[in-house]
Amino acid sequence: MSLNEFWDYLVLGVVLGSIYAVIAIGYTLVYGVLQLINFAHSEVFMLGAYGGLISLTIIAPGDSPSALASVGYVALGLAAGGLFGAVTAYGLEKVAYRPLRRRGAPRLIFLITAIGASFFLYNLAGKLFGRDPLPMPDAYENKKVFTLFGADLNVTQLLLLGAAVVMMIGLDLMVNRTKLGSGIRAVSQDAEVAGLMGVDIDKVISRTFVIGGVLGGAAGYLYGTFTQVKFDMGFIPGITAFAAAVVGGIGNIRGAMLGGMMLGVVETLTVPVFGGEWRHVGAFVVLIGVLMFRPTGILGERVGRTA
Amino acid sequence: MSADVSVKDPAARAARLRRVAWYQQPRVKRLGAMLALGVVLTMMVGEQGNTRDIFYSLETSFTGVNLWVCVGLAVAIWAVREFAGASVSKAAGSAVAAGRALPVDRVRTLLRTQPKLKWALVVAGLLLALFAPYNLTGYWQTVLVDQVATYALLAIGLNVVIGWAGLLDLGFVAFFAVGAYSAAFWTGALPVDPPVVLNNFLVIPVAVLTCLIAGVLLGAPTLRLRGDYLAIVTLGFHEIVYIVAKNADGFTGGSAGARQIPKFSAFGYEWGLERMPYWYLLVTVIVVLIIVFVRLEHSRVGRAWTAIREDEVAAAANGVDTVRFKLMAFAIGASTSGIAGVVYASKVGYFNPENFVILNSILVLAYVIFGGMGSIPGVLIGAAILVWLPEVLRDYVDPSDRYMYLGALLVVMMIYRPQGVWPSRRRQRELKMAEEGLGDADAMSEPVGGKV
Repeated sequence: MSLNEFWDYLVLGVVLGSIYAVIAIGYTLVYGVLQLINFAHSEVFMLGAYGGLISLTIIAPGDSPSALASVGYVALGLAAGGLFGAVTAYGLEKVAYRPLRRRGAPRLIFLITAIGASFFLYNLAGKLFGRDPLPMPDAYENKKVFTLFGADLNVTQLLLLGAAVVMMIGLDLMVNRTKLGSGIRAVSQDAEVAGLMGVDIDKVISRTFVIGGVLGGAAGYLYGTFTQVKFDMGFIPGITAFAAAVVGGIGNIRGAMLGGMMLGVVETLTVPVFGGEWRHVGAFVVLIGVLMFRPTGILGERVGRTA
Repeated sequence: MSADVSVKDPAARAARLRRVAWYQQPRVKRLGAMLALGVVLTMMVGEQGNTRDIFYSLETSFTGVNLWVCVGLAVAIWAVREFAGASVSKAAGSAVAAGRALPVDRVRTLLRTQPKLKWALVVAGLLLALFAPYNLTGYWQTVLVDQVATYALLAIGLNVVIGWAGLLDLGFVAFFAVGAYSAAFWTGALPVDPPVVLNNFLVIPVAVLTCLIAGVLLGAPTLRLRGDYLAIVTLGFHEIVYIVAKNADGFTGGSAGARQIPKFSAFGYEWGLERMPYWYLLVTVIVVLIIVFVRLEHSRVGRAWTAIREDEVAAAANGVDTVRFKLMAFAIGASTSGIAGVVYASKVGYFNPENFVILNSILVLAYVIFGGMGSIPGVLIGAAILVWLPEVLRDYVDPSDRYMYLGALLVVMMIYRPQGVWPSRRRQRELKMAEEGLGDADAMSEPVGGKV
């Protein structure tokens, strides 16, 4: 692998990693407030991609839209993806989580319900929109913008990276600065006491799902422009992002960002070294390796919490 | 002026605070939920979409009569529950609350009080399994041997892991694949030649050993961690096994798979292309394993699993080596899966990596959950019903939609009857106790002493 190639792959890896990071935030947020893995988050991501696809198919950008129009189309795609993701996540919480939470069901039951819901959603999407992959309509001309260390950066890569970074900064500010954010932090530290202090737990949990859904759905649109849209596209990014959340330390938002970046880079660098067909193996090897030496993840430190 | 007066009046102010907007009233909220359900139902029963026109399916569903039927049905259910009254909902409510009213539960109570009847039923079931398949058509015999029996065997193995030890294993079929590839390797059906070519019966212990080692290698680092990490690690392991099977062309034959795997043979008798000999072989394996596992369940090991499941902290405090017993359950499950793999490989004679996709792991999990975690008759019933159902549905709905219904069934089952069709009594009680805040009913919480 020449140095030029290395930079090319590194840029790709960082771009992919930023998407994983945004999805991983969805897992980690829900884990924070519920101590549960939302296995159906990958379907939130997938439906977000369909949201972007549907909105851009209706609006139908022409062959070479002007710069201003391109910005509008991308914003529309992101908004539609976020909306679809939010609605899906909200519905999931209502149907698959809330009745069980009311009853205080064991954790195993939650996981199985989430798997069932995930199964239902992706097969439903396959039924509604067909089971073949679809390209995302182009919202802009994908051309080279500039060269960095010999790696060409094009519009898609910059868009993905920029949108992901903006979303991550926005989320970080929201969690640390707003009232809802302090509600989320309170519920993840101790739900019972937060309830006694006047935090409406149901509302916080429901909104946490919605926030995770917006991020997941928008990431779905971005990933769709990067690759293709398909009904089972959520599975691999979903489990990779989950692995990223665990690697970074589950429940820790900055950990999820770090883990996502790391797994994205590892996955992409696997391609030139071992070949493209092995790319998904790399992430899991890293996951098992990290768990062996640091069971709470890289930034996970709250050891004393019983979950 | 009058508005000012009313605001100053404390009673009126309190009433204003208490007032709930019309759309927040429970009844209206329930109507909204039912309407949403109606819309989802419309999408579920609509036509197949296609990628040329992604709006085709939605358009036909929402402009046709289906929408009105489904939404009307949902609203009718809502109206009956809200207005027609106390009588209907009370009858339904008490039936659900009692739980005894279900015929399954009544039969079980009867069997518990009449042990002779239970044995009679077991003998009858065995006789039925031995002789009834002769009356089936060839197609159903194939379904019975290739799917029902194989998956029942897998479900019995997964039951040890999830039903007894309470561990969520999402990569169970990976061990099935390991078993099948072991069979192909040791009988010389893979591109790589084995050191010695073995008879199929001799492959079984070798495959069991291989799966045992694979299970321990995978379980040892992860079983010490938080329980739900196991789910993702097993899922990842499954993906790795699948990718290796697909891409390591030199060893596994790649996506072409393994072909011409020899049939079982012993003392000059060969299990040929007929289905029934394999059926008897599988029934024998299943019966032997059931006897072994039932003995295991009531042994010290089984009691340790129960203790871990019900309260891991208390179990560890009483001297149960939780990691060791969890690892044992994981490895026993894996090796059962390996046996199933060997028999399956030899029965079908040809397989490729697509036989071991992640879907199959989820399906086996669904069989165990549906039938009733922790109960052997339960998982047999679960596997039989859920394998049979998609085959029957083939005639009524689009085959590619079957798994959508399966997912919906899993969700509904977990919400209304988490213990499954035929649960073990102990498991049923545990779930109920966990809902009241006593114990765990699974080994998914923070482990004791295993943290670094």
